[in-house]
Amino acid sequence: MRVPSDSAADTSHLTQSPAAPMRRWLSFAAVPAYGAAVESACLSLGAIAVALFLFGIFVALGGHNPIEVYKALYLGGFGTRFSIEGALTQASPIILTALCTAIPARVGLLVIGAEGALVLGGLAAVLCATAVSTAPAAIGTLVALLGAVCVGALWIATVGALKHFRGVNETISSLLLNYIAIALFNHLISGPIRDFSQTLKATSWPVPPAFRIGSILGWSVHWGLVIGVALCIVLFIVLRYTTLGFSMDILGGNRRAAQVAGLPIGRLLILACAIGGGAAGLAGGIEVLAVHGAASESLIVGFGYTGILVAFLARQNPLAVIPVALLVGGISASGGLLQRRFEMPDATTQVLQGLIFLCVLASNAFAGRIASFTRPT
Amino acid sequence: MTDANGIGWLGVALAIVGGALRVSTPYLYVSLGEVLTEKSGRVNLGLEGVLLMGAMSGFAAGSLTGSPWLGVLAAGIAGGLLGLLHAAICNLPRVNDIAVGIALFLFGMGLAFYLGKPFIAPRAAMLPALPFGFWSDEPAVRAALEISPLFLIGIALAILLRWALANTRWGLLLRMAGESADAARALGYSVNAIRTLATIGGGFLGGIGGAFLSLYYPGNWNEALSSGQGLMAIALVIFARWNPLRCLYASLLFGGASALGPALQTVGVTAGYYLYSAAPYVLTLALLIYSSSTRHALAGAPSELSISR
Amino acid sequence: MTSSDHLTELGHFGEGSLTFFECLTLSPSKLRRVMRSVLGGHGDADLAFPAGLMDNAGFSSGVTRALAPSIEGGNPMKSPKLDSTSRREVLIRGANLAAIGAFLGPLGSLARAADAKPIKVGFLYSASRDDYGFNQSFAVAAKKLAQMPGVTIEEQERVPETAQCERVMESMIQVDGCKGIVATSFGYWPFVLKLAAKYPDVLFIHGGALWKDGDPKNAIGYRGYMEEPHYLCGIAAGRMTKTGKLGFIGSKPLYFIFNNCNGFVLGARSVRPDATCRVVITGDWDSPVKEAQAVNALADQGVDVIIADVDGPKVSIETAERRNIYSCGYHTDLSALAPKGFLTGAEWNWAKAGDFIHAWQTGGTYPNLLRGGFKDGMVAISPFGKSVPENVRQEVLKARQGFIDDTLKLYKGPLKDNEGKQVLAPGQVISNTDNDYKVNVKWLVEGAIGETGLK
Repeated sequence: MRVPSDSAADTSHLTQSPAAPMRRWLSFAAVPAYGAAVESACLSLGAIAVALFLFGIFVALGGHNPIEVYKALYLGGFGTRFSIEGALTQASPIILTALCTAIPARVGLLVIGAEGALVLGGLAAVLCATAVSTAPAAIGTLVALLGAVCVGALWIATVGALKHFRGVNETISSLLLNYIAIALFNHLISGPIRDFSQTLKATSWPVPPAFRIGSILGWSVHWGLVIGVALCIVLFIVLRYTTLGFSMDILGGNRRAAQVAGLPIGRLLILACAIGGGAAGLAGGIEVLAVHGAASESLIVGFGYTGILVAFLARQNPLAVIPVALLVGGISASGGLLQRRFEMPDATTQVLQGLIFLCVLASNAFAGRIASFTRPT
Repeated sequence: MTDANGIGWLGVALAIVGGALRVSTPYLYVSLGEVLTEKSGRVNLGLEGVLLMGAMSGFAAGSLTGSPWLGVLAAGIAGGLLGLLHAAICNLPRVNDIAVGIALFLFGMGLAFYLGKPFIAPRAAMLPALPFGFWSDEPAVRAALEISPLFLIGIALAILLRWALANTRWGLLLRMAGESADAARALGYSVNAIRTLATIGGGFLGGIGGAFLSLYYPGNWNEALSSGQGLMAIALVIFARWNPLRCLYASLLFGGASALGPALQTVGVTAGYYLYSAAPYVLTLALLIYSSSTRHALAGAPSELSISR
Repeated sequence: MTSSDHLTELGHFGEGSLTFFECLTLSPSKLRRVMRSVLGGHGDADLAFPAGLMDNAGFSSGVTRALAPSIEGGNPMKSPKLDSTSRREVLIRGANLAAIGAFLGPLGSLARAADAKPIKVGFLYSASRDDYGFNQSFAVAAKKLAQMPGVTIEEQERVPETAQCERVMESMIQVDGCKGIVATSFGYWPFVLKLAAKYPDVLFIHGGALWKDGDPKNAIGYRGYMEEPHYLCGIAAGRMTKTGKLGFIGSKPLYFIFNNCNGFVLGARSVRPDATCRVVITGDWDSPVKEAQAVNALADQGVDVIIADVDGPKVSIETAERRNIYSCGYHTDLSALAPKGFLTGAEWNWAKAGDFIHAWQTGGTYPNLLRGGFKDGMVAISPFGKSVPENVRQEVLKARQGFIDDTLKLYKGPLKDNEGKQVLAPGQVISNTDNDYKVNVKWLVEGAIGETGLK
């Protein structure tokens, strides 16, 4: 980012051109602190716009009217109070699972193990809740959520430890741990911790009803959303304004520099993974306590993989995760409407999400290249 | 309780052998394709999406034209196109190829399910099988040794690839792009072009692996077809140290391991059938931990590969 | 129940009766005269217009008014002496009645249609609706429902059995204005109950008989007793197997899967007492790779008949055909998939949903819980495959008749489970409609190799 030079500031009012107001606004963007953020936002938005356009072509080729499809996407995701509630409900877990990819990415690790951490977190929540079933309500909920966080953190910290001590690639190991976690989960809820009175599906012992998380006043969205948003804000502050966050950024930017600077690389790696895993575990715990009341296969619905998409769209920034998760949640929520109105398969929203993901990744190529963001006015 | 003339544990062994010969083929093709791509210095994690697109296109083409081999060709082409997409985006500067792979996985999966909707109910002609068990009277042995020509082609491909990578000019160029992009550029070759071609080739093979699933075993197209075989095959490549022949052995191992669960249930060992399905993953992880080290890059890893840096 | 039933009791149609066309072309006055003579003449309560027809047919109020002079003042319904001449008269009038009944019948349904409020019905499927399996069995019923007057349907596939389906149902109700919801998959029930309490003006129909007293009245659970067609498949399997080894592939370890397995094994052992059945549970509603591997593993063990209780049995049937073993179908008619090896199959008949929707439209009554086997037409068997010989077909059909007559009982003592425990004492018989017993079945019968994992 270049600092605006003095010579430009003094005489600009004398040589006004039609584009001057725009350039004055963009000079704000050229200031280092905000420039990067605005640029990232503009690139992401531009990528989403391109993806929507391509999606319009895609559905037009399938014989549907793109404008109608866009309208249905909006209606299903954000158009009515019911749709917004749906988008928020979908967004709550993916805010947290996105953190599982975003935080380790700050230290240079690409972890995709959120799905496994989530299911094990849900499992831990059930076990902890039944262990303290006689405790008062608030304590019980807290213990269950803490248990979920710890188990999730341990699971992904393993990935970090394997990377640091054995050099095992974290993407592959976290992927494998996903499958292992799901298999373990299925095994436990089908037998050892199964509630046999439930004949509909294999479910674990139920969580004591007093420990359940309720809905936010009047709306049919649970408090888990607030927990997720709060965690994002806290982590953003930590990463931006504390030494720990700064160390992580250095490590993520240049590992050699971090080594030279004497930073405790192993500890930072494992800590970042633990934070991410804890967030994903928390998502699982909240799903169990707020939505289902027990652990069952309903937890394995792909929140982890959607979280990866959200993390990349938000460019690994915890604060940006919030609006992006809402957007992606809205798109997912409108899938049903697309199916019913246009007879389109429900994979349509997956195609759209994939397109958005690809476009956002391609837009990385333009980062730092668009002149307006680097040149002073 | 077993009945007297059940073949019992011999049946389990046969199931493992049969599984190794049948289920290993998609792993084989996808891992060979990934070896090709990774040797040139790119990681393509989107092979699961490629596998599904290949399965869908193969089944669709097979049911529309009536010829399963045309289906295989169509699957390869579809896979190649997705590989082209991957390469095109990764060729742009500052793009993380692992992330693009994940995006391609999601996109390819969505696209396959979207386009494949009208093909769930119809049936397609299946690929033929060669009866290598003709010498036996036991129907179980005969069935286990029914080998698909695709498997034999895969073996030939593995051997060919191993030889070509070491002994031909193209193989050398490929390896150079993967070991040292600067050296390749210094010699006047476009690294991006080499990687693009390698990724397209990798996608082509991945698509054929998918066609095997829908046109031979299990021989059906629906949305629950793949259970992560594409992603597993990528782990398999690392496990096999980027050696095509080792990919073959590893594929056989994984195919056999995944047949263990249902086979054990048929002799009455029913506890923990979910744990058996985790066996291949545990195996991969264990071997990965064993063979990785911090002091040196994974032996055989192309230096330009982002996962080994 | 129509008036013609009563006629058969008397004998046969008499001569001189009105033909259907004559009825249609009658002038109102002539018709009134005919009706009066028919109703006023015989006075036998048995031959009165069936009450239902009178109530429903919009036309009937006119008939009643036309007949009023003859009905009031004295009871025309008291029975006269039936001597030979008046018997002939009764016959003729009865025939007229039948003709008019036939005439009014279609008018009746037209009137019913006029009464029926237009209704939008939403269907939820857990997977694709043309999966040659469970969802397809409902899609077939959905098509029939779409033909009903005033009914439009909309369908959504791949709805998971989680809180997600609740949102889908609510979206159908709030955004699309559906007044009827058919939640097909088994695991949707808790969400159906929740929403039924929230939306009392919407009818919820669920493909699982889980309704109990205290549940909302606008929810219906219906499901056929699949054990019965499984028993019949078992008979066919038991007769056709050469090795005596059968295979049962189940999706999830749930009670109805085990009841179906027990039905299959009991049927097979009723014709071949030494038959055994290997049980493989895949753990997923839908897992083609595991199902194909299970079929292969079973075939390797010498099994030569399989049945697959999974959501999409297509893969299993096709794999069995390739291994040259017999197969039995499930959910819908799969005979086209295995021309050589298909025996028969267990099918659902979900069309009763149409009756429920119609009752909802017209404010009629409907049962909250409908379970039934062959006796109530809730289940069926697939057409026989080519390879099934005539004597086996007859045996199967005879057993089916046994279910219809309720002479054949599925669970009867002495019965041991496959761990040697006695579950039914000699002489103890469980009624075919005893659902509570079946929900609590946690064992597999003797002859099955495997375990439920339930305690």
